Amino acid sequence: MDRREFIRNSMLASGAFMVPSFLKPFEYLAKDAILDGYRSLVIIQLSGGNDGLNTIVPYRNDIYYNSRPKIALPQDKIIKVNDELGFNAALQPLKEIYDKGWMTIMNSVGYPNPDRSHFRAMDIWQTASSANQFLNTGWLGRYLDSDCPDCKNAYNIIEVDDTLSLAVKGEYRTGLAIKNPKQLYDATRDPFFKEMVSVYKNDHLNEDNLGYLSKTMIETYSSAEYVYETSKTYTNNVEYPDNPFAKNLKTIATFINSGLKTRVYYVSQTGFDTHVGQVNTQARLFKNYAESVSAFLKDLDKNNKLNDTLVLTFSEFGRRVAQNASNGTDHGTANNMFIYGGRLKKQGIYNAAPDLTDLDQGDLKYKLDFREVYATALHKWLGVKDSSILDPGFAGLDFIA
Amino acid sequence: MEKTPDIKKIQHLYLRAGFGINYKALNESNHKSIGSLVDKLFYESKNYTGLTAVTMDLPRPKMKDLSEEEKKQVQKDTRDNGKQLKNAWLQKMEDEKGQLREKMTLFWHGHFACKINEPYLGQMLNNSMRDNAFGKFKDLLMAVSPSPAMLLFLNNEQNKKEHPNENFAREVMELFTIGRGNYTENDIKEAARAFTGWSYNLETGEFQFRPKIHDEGNKKFMGQEGNIDGEDVIDIILANKRTSVFLSRKIYKYFVNDTPDEDIVKNLADYFYSTNYNIESLMRKIYTSDWFYDEKNIGGRIKSPIELLIGINRTFNVKYEDPDVPVYLQKLMGQELFEPPNVSGWPAGKNWIDSSSLMTRMKLPSVILNGGIIDVTPKEDLAEMSEMMMAEEKIKERIQQKVKTTADWDILLSQLPKDIKIDELAGYFLQPNLPDNIKTLISNVNDGIKMVILQLISTPEYQLC
Repeated sequence: MDRREFIRNSMLASGAFMVPSFLKPFEYLAKDAILDGYRSLVIIQLSGGNDGLNTIVPYRNDIYYNSRPKIALPQDKIIKVNDELGFNAALQPLKEIYDKGWMTIMNSVGYPNPDRSHFRAMDIWQTASSANQFLNTGWLGRYLDSDCPDCKNAYNIIEVDDTLSLAVKGEYRTGLAIKNPKQLYDATRDPFFKEMVSVYKNDHLNEDNLGYLSKTMIETYSSAEYVYETSKTYTNNVEYPDNPFAKNLKTIATFINSGLKTRVYYVSQTGFDTHVGQVNTQARLFKNYAESVSAFLKDLDKNNKLNDTLVLTFSEFGRRVAQNASNGTDHGTANNMFIYGGRLKKQGIYNAAPDLTDLDQGDLKYKLDFREVYATALHKWLGVKDSSILDPGFAGLDFIA
Repeated sequence: MEKTPDIKKIQHLYLRAGFGINYKALNESNHKSIGSLVDKLFYESKNYTGLTAVTMDLPRPKMKDLSEEEKKQVQKDTRDNGKQLKNAWLQKMEDEKGQLREKMTLFWHGHFACKINEPYLGQMLNNSMRDNAFGKFKDLLMAVSPSPAMLLFLNNEQNKKEHPNENFAREVMELFTIGRGNYTENDIKEAARAFTGWSYNLETGEFQFRPKIHDEGNKKFMGQEGNIDGEDVIDIILANKRTSVFLSRKIYKYFVNDTPDEDIVKNLADYFYSTNYNIESLMRKIYTSDWFYDEKNIGGRIKSPIELLIGINRTFNVKYEDPDVPVYLQKLMGQELFEPPNVSGWPAGKNWIDSSSLMTRMKLPSVILNGGIIDVTPKEDLAEMSEMMMAEEKIKERIQQKVKTTADWDILLSQLPKDIKIDELAGYFLQPNLPDNIKTLISNVNDGIKMVILQLISTPEYQLC
């Protein structure tokens, strides 16, 4: 029986949505993980399929240069980190982060039978499904569903955006979308809304759809208050670059530094679908990305929160090894992932550079399954291991100290 | 003699089978039996027309023969056509006398989810679902599966004798017909071989069978053996009663209750099977069954964003100055026509609701009816667009946030009795019962009937039907 069928059937049988009984038994790992501060996980999604080979560049590889006559980055422009790989020059600010030991780079991350459609690939990454499996819940949403002590409230997962990604939607619970805590707070204090909340608060809530709607309304109301009141106790004076992505990271840093009890933050940077004129577009995006992430990590470090924060950056796929006719690249497969934080066990380059001699119809073969990375974050960082969140076949890796 | 149903039940029928009923028609229906109302609904759906928003000169030029300028123009036309198509269908669902057929088409639109960047093919597919919405399921399946839109979406053009691609066969079985757990991986492999050669001609937009890449070899599929072809596969799947159970359960969950009553599902499945999968017969049986009007089946279903939007637009005869706005609203609430999130369609029920979508839904009436402003941005149409296009869209969206509409309250108000009380108003606009203290809260506002109505439809109860 596959997991989706299991979730569906059990839901029907239990008929409850608050705390379904089958979600109860879950296993805690690493109790000490929770002792030394409030740990948060930050996911940065690069939407559009970032070209990994022009991100961490195999600058001594002839195949790389031959496959990309117009868009390969010249050796002398690469910020070298070992004798094979180096950063795209636009990622300059990350070199300092790398040298501090706050960064791990994973190569060739992917999954079997990769899908090259943005939508499908993004679904696979967000739901942690296999290529031939369709899940309607996100992996972080299922973390909320697992009913662990820090997943009882919507604000335990915050996506800094106006709407929620599938990744943070579970069957029974969903995260909270907030771009601006003041704005959400004000919206929920609209008199009519407020009065309705006060009426429903005192009402008996059933476990039917109407009960679910009322509960969501009340929860939004109280979460908005909690997030706003908590986050305003901290004033963030750190300089961030002036772009929307940086602004969102600054919001997250403010939330973390103010002591908000949020386990997971989710944020996206878009525009990586570089079919045409890739070099300049990617450089512009990378400048924003690297400056923002660098400011974010330093902000956390200044507030002694870096050791309690783990940051993952992914994109739904990498791009083809060979360039196309428009000085860009088309949709590909395996890609690199970046991990940041103050407790990285294996800093720097985690595994071998992509093997350009062993391709699958012009695409990289994956060496690490992305769900192994998720498993590590769940088991070793969030301290939860639950087969309803992630297939237990993924045991996790060893990159967190 | 059938007894006369009460108002709530008539509304239930119209909300589930169609998109609701106006106050006047509701009161005129009051003395009619459910059976005669169902007959009337089916009768009204007999005559219909398809969507014609997108036209195309055939044969189409090949992309590779076009200059960069021409390619850009094609891309722009495609985007514009896509928008027109979405609006044309939304409008049709709002205006069409044959409500039943449009609602059923909307159901099939989610069942046979298809998202392609080819509005013309999308329109063709939509029309074939409308044509076959109440016919035999096999006819519908044989119209939809080999449609160029579906073959394109599910990559069947890559399914060749030498390199079978299983995507299409898998979706046909998992999502369109029998459902997971009722076939083996080997059945998928063999079905994929049977579907080889199902292709299309992109220049003419027509199905084309390509014998050269079709696998004529012996195949073993779900207990049968021989030189099985694509249509044989479909016949074998339909001969399996589990297909009827899978479809009946899905229809029950959509039209009746998202928690299925398995006894009823089994009865429906037996009946559906016995009629050789006659969709009209099945739907008539549902709408005329006593259990359809049980209390637990009334007012407990979360409206899809499309139903919510159509409900408001129809009730107040809303017209949008900017055609981008309805599309934008759909995006915000998580259901954009012709853009299902993936092959399994829109996950319904509680999945429609999270903190931000609920806020949007509760604000929707004031935003639409007061020509309000929406200060939130939906998720990007991922990446399918370049950075430059995104910048353009962003600017546009900022302008779009002003929801310029004209609403016609007069039609509605002229139908309502002058001295209508809050209880009757709440009963008309809301299927679930509204708590008394909310009624008090609403009627305490001395801003006239418009304000009362506006508040009634901004409640959690209005999200249900």
